[in-house]
Amino acid sequence: MIYNIPYIAVIILIVVGLYAVVFKRNIIKMVMGITIIESGVNLFLVTLGYRAGGVAPIFTNLPEERQIPGQLVLPIPQALTLTSIVIGVAVLALMLALTIQIYRQYKTLDVTKIRRLKE
Amino acid sequence: MNSIITHSPALLIAIPLFAAFITPLLSRIHRRARDGFVLIVLAATELLALLLAQDIYANGIRKYVFGATLPSLTHPGTMSIPVRIIFEIDGLSIFMVLISLTIAFVATVYSSSFFKKEDGLDRYYTLLLLVTVGMVGMELTGDLFNFFVFLEITSIASCALIAFWVDRGESLEAAFKYIVISSIGALFVLMAIGFLYGQYDALNIAALANSIQFTFIDKVALVLLLAALTMKAGIAPMHMWLPDAYGEAPPSVTIAVVAATQASLYGVLRVCFTLYGKGLRLNMAAVGWTLVGLGLLTIFIGVTMALVQRSLTRTIAFAAVGEIGYMVIGAGTALAAGAQNFATVALKGGVFHIFNDVLDIGLLFLVAGAIIYATKERDLNNLGGLAKRMKYTTVFFLIGLLAVAGMPPLNGFASKILIYESTYQLNPIISIIAILSSILLLAIFVKIFYSLFLGPELPHLRDVKEVPKGMLVAMAILATLIIIFGLFPGYVLQTIVDPAVAALSNPTNYINAILGGA
Amino acid sequence: MDETSKIIKTVSSVMFPFVTIYGLYVILHGHLTPGGGFQGGAIVASGCALLVVAFGSDAIAKRVKESQLSLLESIGALGFISLAFVGIATTFFYNSLAGTKFLFGRIPPYGSNPGYLSSGGLLPLMNLAVGTKVIAGLFAIVLILAIATRKKGGRSK
Repeated sequence: MIYNIPYIAVIILIVVGLYAVVFKRNIIKMVMGITIIESGVNLFLVTLGYRAGGVAPIFTNLPEERQIPGQLVLPIPQALTLTSIVIGVAVLALMLALTIQIYRQYKTLDVTKIRRLKE
Repeated sequence: MNSIITHSPALLIAIPLFAAFITPLLSRIHRRARDGFVLIVLAATELLALLLAQDIYANGIRKYVFGATLPSLTHPGTMSIPVRIIFEIDGLSIFMVLISLTIAFVATVYSSSFFKKEDGLDRYYTLLLLVTVGMVGMELTGDLFNFFVFLEITSIASCALIAFWVDRGESLEAAFKYIVISSIGALFVLMAIGFLYGQYDALNIAALANSIQFTFIDKVALVLLLAALTMKAGIAPMHMWLPDAYGEAPPSVTIAVVAATQASLYGVLRVCFTLYGKGLRLNMAAVGWTLVGLGLLTIFIGVTMALVQRSLTRTIAFAAVGEIGYMVIGAGTALAAGAQNFATVALKGGVFHIFNDVLDIGLLFLVAGAIIYATKERDLNNLGGLAKRMKYTTVFFLIGLLAVAGMPPLNGFASKILIYESTYQLNPIISIIAILSSILLLAIFVKIFYSLFLGPELPHLRDVKEVPKGMLVAMAILATLIIIFGLFPGYVLQTIVDPAVAALSNPTNYINAILGGA
Repeated sequence: MDETSKIIKTVSSVMFPFVTIYGLYVILHGHLTPGGGFQGGAIVASGCALLVVAFGSDAIAKRVKESQLSLLESIGALGFISLAFVGIATTFFYNSLAGTKFLFGRIPPYGSNPGYLSSGGLLPLMNLAVGTKVIAGLFAIVLILAIATRKKGGRSK
């Protein structure tokens, strides 16, 4: 049961993030909601690689008596998570730059007031 | 020559990427040098893609392993699973690569004379080359996580391009909507990749396709992948970002985003036909019927919303939404029909329509851009009687209009007749709705043509001139391709579309090319 | 008050070299310990962000121009792609410096050992290229966002 707690945390993070994107009116809160969803998905990817009783997957630092690759935590999900974090940083920078330009144009951060493109 | 073709999958990505980061350094010299450099790079890449296409049509699937000692060494040593990132190129991939590179070249030709007085243009060309790299990478790769990375590159770069005119509030709103929706979609794709990796410990598409077993988690992953990729492809009811993004971006950016949308549609086809290909005859009929239903909804929404628009680019954008529905009902019919022989015809129609739609809608957007450049007006009520002053633009708009509506002898007719024939045999109502929507599109665009070009000349439009030569050359390239595809559809179908459809219908070829027939 | 106090300015000026050295250490040892290009670059960029917060974006913008950062970023990206082209005779991204007598060419012994810096072939050079690009890129992002949200005006670029 204790090994399922990270997965429950993933579901809670994604639900909280979706709630923030859908129901909040401030643009900055929507941007934060997307960052929370991204944190949830990254947590999911890292937790996939866990093997009970394993050590960090650094090949030249293993203690002498462990067998290879029996008790290593999987390294591929760590690489996937790293790439995803970098992409998240780029998307966050882009969204914040767009927010600054929107504020300069409309002088408000309320999403319901910037909707000039109807239908 | 042979070694160039062997390394061409890597070179197709590397050369535009290299050029994308040299462009800011070149623009300090002279802006003409930068324009010419980007044109030369894109032309060279297109030539390389044509050479590679010839080789694939002759010799079958080609694979390229990054970082190995041989480009085809998928299993080094005694491994039984493929290691490293592998690019796998079959008929469908090279078909989409040709589409993407053609559109990127035309967009560069157009934008070299559309933007006269703006600054920030060196970043514009960097971003345009990055969109090209992202699209080509999405279409060439055989690794699921690599597909996600290129998907994100494309969406970030195209969002920055959509917001290029930062002093218009509508462009910023459209770009913000686009980036929120597309990043949530991409995160769902990443979750589905996590599900599949956790089940089968493989990220390679061929290795996954070999071991997929349709458990409950696999079905959840399929739903997540399809939902996110159809959202990026602009299929109803997730199409909301598309009219805003197409309507408010600069026109050359719009055709690049159209090509990126078709690359996401390629992702839908790849997931349905190859990744879950083992259940192609058994389990995918439900998915096929869902796609047909969504496609009909898309056609209906696209065409009816196009009736009530007042802005020229938004009308064409809703017509583009409707056209995507045609491709989706073609693909859905092929899935739902199973082993009957009209499934192949439906798939041929759908795949051919991808190329035709990009050309037609691209030409219409370029014409709309020319009108905005010449008259600085966007509203249809303030434009009229332009045919006396802008003769070439009128002819191009006429060609684009007839092609979109599916009139013979242009290329829209060739693909739409295949779709009508095959969907009629699945269920006649689908075909009837598709034909009626086509006629409605013709009516809408004839009305726009009449009100824009014919009729009396409005007083504030007395001194518009014809647009500069670069834009005319770009529109002429697209119009020539439309006419050629329309006059010789059989030749085009045989050479380009048939290998793509054969690659989709036989997922075992894809799997055996990597796993060595084991 | 608009200026930060003298304590903050002094302490950030003292901390900045240490943070930079630590970040460069993480970049350079990317093939031995956890870290690498992006992680180390983000550490150095957060040190630069510390300077922007302490001294204000006007003072930093007078010394560092945005075009210099853009040039550094392009150099980092070009360096990465050129390094990938080095092994094109075999395949793209082939590690052709491992096992030779060049800078990082030694092959480390098998099994548990403390780690040798001069191993790994092309990988530490690629880490350096990515680290340069990340430093320049993240510093440019922080600086431009700080300039654009100034209380009075801000550049309209």
